Amino acid sequence: MELLVKLSEELLSILVILAAAMPYIAGYIGLILLTLFVSRLVKKLLTPKQDFGSLKTVTFGDESAVTSNFAASVVSVLLVLILWGAFTGSKILPSFLHAPGPFRGNAEFTYTAETGDGLRDEARVKLIVHGIGEDIILPDLELGDGFAKNDVMAVKAYRTKLLKWDKNDEENRKMGAKIVAINGKPIEQGVAVYLENLRIALTPKGTLNVEPRKGWQMEPIWLPAPEAVWGRLIEISTQGFKNFPLLEHLGFSLFRVVVGFFIGAMVGIPLGYAMGLSDWFRGWFDPIVEFMRPVPPLALIPLVIIWAGIGEVGKVILLFLAALWIMAIAARAGVSGVKISKVHAAYSLGASKWQIMRFVVFPNSLPEIFTGARVAMGVCWGTVVAAELVAAEKGAGMMIMVASKFQQTDIVILGIILIGIIGFGIDMLMRWVERVMVPWKGRG
Amino acid sequence: MSGLSIQNISMRFDLPNGECVQALKDVTLDLKAGELMSVLGPSGCGKTTLLNIVAGFLAPTQGEILLNGEKVTGPNAERGMVFQQGALFEWMNVRENVGFGPRMKGISTAQSREKVDHLLDVVGLRDFKDKAVYELSGGMQQRVALARCLANDPDVILMDEPLGALDALTREKMQSLVLKLWKETGKTIILITHSVEEALLLGERLLVMAPRPGRIHREYRLPFADLGVDADLRDIKKHVEYANRREEILEMIWNMEEEIMGRSEATV
Repeated sequence: MELLVKLSEELLSILVILAAAMPYIAGYIGLILLTLFVSRLVKKLLTPKQDFGSLKTVTFGDESAVTSNFAASVVSVLLVLILWGAFTGSKILPSFLHAPGPFRGNAEFTYTAETGDGLRDEARVKLIVHGIGEDIILPDLELGDGFAKNDVMAVKAYRTKLLKWDKNDEENRKMGAKIVAINGKPIEQGVAVYLENLRIALTPKGTLNVEPRKGWQMEPIWLPAPEAVWGRLIEISTQGFKNFPLLEHLGFSLFRVVVGFFIGAMVGIPLGYAMGLSDWFRGWFDPIVEFMRPVPPLALIPLVIIWAGIGEVGKVILLFLAALWIMAIAARAGVSGVKISKVHAAYSLGASKWQIMRFVVFPNSLPEIFTGARVAMGVCWGTVVAAELVAAEKGAGMMIMVASKFQQTDIVILGIILIGIIGFGIDMLMRWVERVMVPWKGRG
Repeated sequence: MSGLSIQNISMRFDLPNGECVQALKDVTLDLKAGELMSVLGPSGCGKTTLLNIVAGFLAPTQGEILLNGEKVTGPNAERGMVFQQGALFEWMNVRENVGFGPRMKGISTAQSREKVDHLLDVVGLRDFKDKAVYELSGGMQQRVALARCLANDPDVILMDEPLGALDALTREKMQSLVLKLWKETGKTIILITHSVEEALLLGERLLVMAPRPGRIHREYRLPFADLGVDADLRDIKKHVEYANRREEILEMIWNMEEEIMGRSEATV
């Protein structure tokens, strides 16, 4: 019962987050529909209705009429880049596209202090809000008159700073002095004062918490600008990351995938063949394969690390296991899927068992095997990154894990992009190999 | 002793639920070399089982098959087979499919090339020799299947509804081709079909089988196949005798189907 309550609380908080995201999602969909409308309009104006697709009056539900629209893909990717740039204050975007940024520059306010005796005095605070790592010159301090003296302070953009306003005053907090107003607006604990670019609150100890306006842009530590990520790419591909060049990180990940997959296929395909051709082998290996197949390779990482350590052997064993079952099942399906009429035809054309294996069963199983190989490569790529996240000396996963520990968000994002590109490239390559090697796929 | 002899074949097998099926019972039949026999019957009469036994894919529970005096024990190149569809090898082009049999015997592609090309000319695929089989229409694919079977020069050709999946026009053309090949090559052919017209047109002999248990019901000797070698098949269909036979056999099969239906309704 308690568990149910806990789970429903979790569910509720997730739903609240989802609900909060709804307006943004709706806005995004609205944008898609708007661009759709614009593109339809442009198309109508530009091209006469002539090609076969445009002559169709029924396109809703017609699969052949719903192909990927290239223009939509371009707009979509551009939009992602523009949003990214807009909310990071990217320099490659014209500044009118930027979301409002954090406040930087000079500001000032006055505070009104009151002594325990009820005497009041005003003092002026000059402050400068600057970017992290920028050199600044503090404004000159003129103490002014009265018991409250003027102050100067520097605040980093996106940060807050406590102002001990009484450190140079003649009446301080220990003596019972306190602040009662900012720029004439009364202030008390829990009621902050909003100025044009500042938010000023009173802390329980009576100091002032000064928070410059943050704007809508993301701090680089959360999301770096596109050009920062690009700069990192240049930097680590020439200078390397953690003792190894970028290419070596990526190369090692790929090497593990290829070797693990290759060994997995070398074992898995014959295993699948044996299972497809002999009932004894099938009975023998079915329990093992059917049990191991649903175990996610990621769940094997701890055991593999215990047994084989974090070196190359452990990684290759893991990827071997990831590819093995997929390839065995694909090969088994390929063998079992041979139409009996093809085997009969080959027999009655005088083929021997071995010849049928070589000329009928083997080529007939290739489409299934290539499909399995594509799936296995995808799984292996995902698994190697995860394994490197856990422990590795080099590799794409290790790169983003280590970078995240040092808050190098630009490297994390760069790594994710590179991992995605490589994964996409692997899939494209496998598709191409499949097209070349088994052009008869699905046309039997 | 030349020819195919089917002697006293019976076939029964057990079902998982404990019942057993008598697919064939005491089928005896002799075919002289060069005869073309078509086999008709309602579904479940065991015609495909019989063909599979002759091909050697199934062992009968009783009786034996003799080809030229020798007992059949398994599939062999001397008994070629043409299937309804999907028995071509998609990973080979047309020429490689036709040359498959010779290649299995160890004859090199270069040596068999002339024969393969000739056969493809005969079946009318002169311009499609290097095409992939999945690029061909259904009728063309069956032409390839015929040529592939002939390339092996078998004694007997077993056809399991080879034209069943073709449209009516293609089917007529292919029927003429089968007759032409039969006459030119002099092969012994057993042709299983669902179409009474096809059985009448192509069969020198026509066997009607009955179901439960699968057995020979009646046999006819027909003149139409010989006529069809030279004449237009559509002219033959106008013969009074052809029409009479067609009605007779249709009614025969119709009655068998009715009987099966009645029997299964009674058990419900």
